[in-house]
Amino acid sequence: MGVIGVVDSNLSSGIYKNKDLSEISRMIRGEIVEMSHNADAMHLGSSLSCVEIFVALYYGGCLNIDPKNPGAATRDRVILSKGHASMTFYAVLADTGFFPKDLLKTFNKTGSKLTEHPNLGALPGIDATSGSLGHGLSMGLGMAIAGRINHIPYRVFVIMSDGECNEGSVWEAAMLAPAQKVDNLVVIIDFNRWQATGRSEEIMALNPLKEKWESFGWSTYEVDGHDISSLINQLSRTPDSSGKPVAIIAHTVKGKGASFMEDDNNWHYRIPNADEVKKAKHELGLS
Amino acid sequence: MRSAFAQEMTDLASADDRVIILSGDIGNQMFDEFQEKFPSRYINCGIAEANMVSMAAGLAICGMRPFIYTFTAFDTTRCFEQIRIDLCYQNLPVVIIGLGGGLTYAPLGPTHYICEDIALLRSLPYMTVLCPGDAVEVRCSIRESLKHHGPVYIRIGKKNEPVIHKETPDFKIGKAIQLRSGNDVCVLTTGTILPNVLKAHDLLKEKQVSATVIHFPTIKPLDYPVLSSVFAQFDTVVTLEEHSLIGGFGSAIAEWYVDNCDRKVRLLRLGTKDEFIYTSISQNEARDYYGLSPQKIADFVGKQFTGSGSES
Repeated sequence: MGVIGVVDSNLSSGIYKNKDLSEISRMIRGEIVEMSHNADAMHLGSSLSCVEIFVALYYGGCLNIDPKNPGAATRDRVILSKGHASMTFYAVLADTGFFPKDLLKTFNKTGSKLTEHPNLGALPGIDATSGSLGHGLSMGLGMAIAGRINHIPYRVFVIMSDGECNEGSVWEAAMLAPAQKVDNLVVIIDFNRWQATGRSEEIMALNPLKEKWESFGWSTYEVDGHDISSLINQLSRTPDSSGKPVAIIAHTVKGKGASFMEDDNNWHYRIPNADEVKKAKHELGLS
Repeated sequence: MRSAFAQEMTDLASADDRVIILSGDIGNQMFDEFQEKFPSRYINCGIAEANMVSMAAGLAICGMRPFIYTFTAFDTTRCFEQIRIDLCYQNLPVVIIGLGGGLTYAPLGPTHYICEDIALLRSLPYMTVLCPGDAVEVRCSIRESLKHHGPVYIRIGKKNEPVIHKETPDFKIGKAIQLRSGNDVCVLTTGTILPNVLKAHDLLKEKQVSATVIHFPTIKPLDYPVLSSVFAQFDTVVTLEEHSLIGGFGSAIAEWYVDNCDRKVRLLRLGTKDEFIYTSISQNEARDYYGLSPQKIADFVGKQFTGSGSES
């Protein structure tokens, strides 16, 4: 399938309307389902739950980035800390012009730079290596502090999963960032309520998640993680005026977009067969 | 050694505004001058080493040159995965300073002394491992690590170690330094145990055993030309380290020997045993227990030639 043809090099202009963004989200989902099938790659459910988060960031005018100058010192940084959702990241980066869309076909194939978990330096637009959970927020904190030291007013966006909040290192970073009065760091938690083998709220005492982040000293907000307008509204207001780092808890549905995958944790590991790809794309209105 | 580190860091930071120290809640007063001069470039990261390592990676990605500083028991083994992924896999110029390598903190027990760090760190791709032998080499190590484009681990002692070098040596990463010349045996050593090795050299001399002593401030990468020369020249080579015999400096030399030397050479290794110490003990007592006091080193080496050690 062809993904979106219209790309504006200045993504920060926010040229897309909400209808466009909804359309883009559907197309990205179709791309991801195909990538999972073609590459025999797991983590489809986790990739589908964070589509609108990426679409809001990259197409909604929330990021100061330019695919034609991906290494600009002044750019906002994005870390996909839940690196297993790389399909979403790659599909968005390719569609927005960071690298040729043809490369998506190589995802997870021998010799490809599009590895199952993203690598720093492998492709433009990837600001950090990820795949092992609980590293991204700390790296983002380091990047945010580097910006402060060097007087460059960029922001750092870190996309984490709810299961990732199991990791102790997350809370080490969560305690240090407010102590350092870092206000250019934003964590977005894709709260799809599942981790690999069960409900995230049950495996660990995750809730009340908002209160946890608030009590650690973060300006914390909750949004519908599939409502692009709400996401854009929230993301475009960060940093807020509190002088604190910002945590956005995005309530999402794992496997969003295909009815037979939604909130079914089998799709953490399961790979769609050809019929399931067809069915998913039909539901997405792509066939 | 730690005072040399603090002073050198202040000098480096004056000349290079990328230099930043991340401390794991240690170094009280030691960094006062640094903090006063460069308040934005000293961060006490608290007792949270995993975050500290990943944070250093983020700083390095954005062009800074972070130096991580805490007890080596905590900024190596506790956050090993962060070192492996964030520093090594990303191949970033972050320097880990490990305070109190080997038996330095033996009085505090196995929670604080550590004899497994070299084995772990040298196994990591792209990691450079430095073990300076005195305060002068600490300063050299820090300066050279700033020129290096990749992760570096520098294992240091604590304070009041004897100064070996009266003048700054020709110090480069990957280069060994010959300190004594002799014909009977070649002793290869590294890091904090160096003063004891030099004392042992003098004891051996009294017993008419003539030893070459070569110090390896760099364990990874090893100085291959020097090893080729040593193993071509000597029939007996002894390695000495304040580290476990499993995976440390002696192991690295043995690996090199097996892979590269056709000539039969007797290779003997001295280091710590595969065990923890469960009773109170000083560093010197622990060194003696493991045969790393000057007298016991001299006895061990000497008996290879006479069969009776110090009684010879």
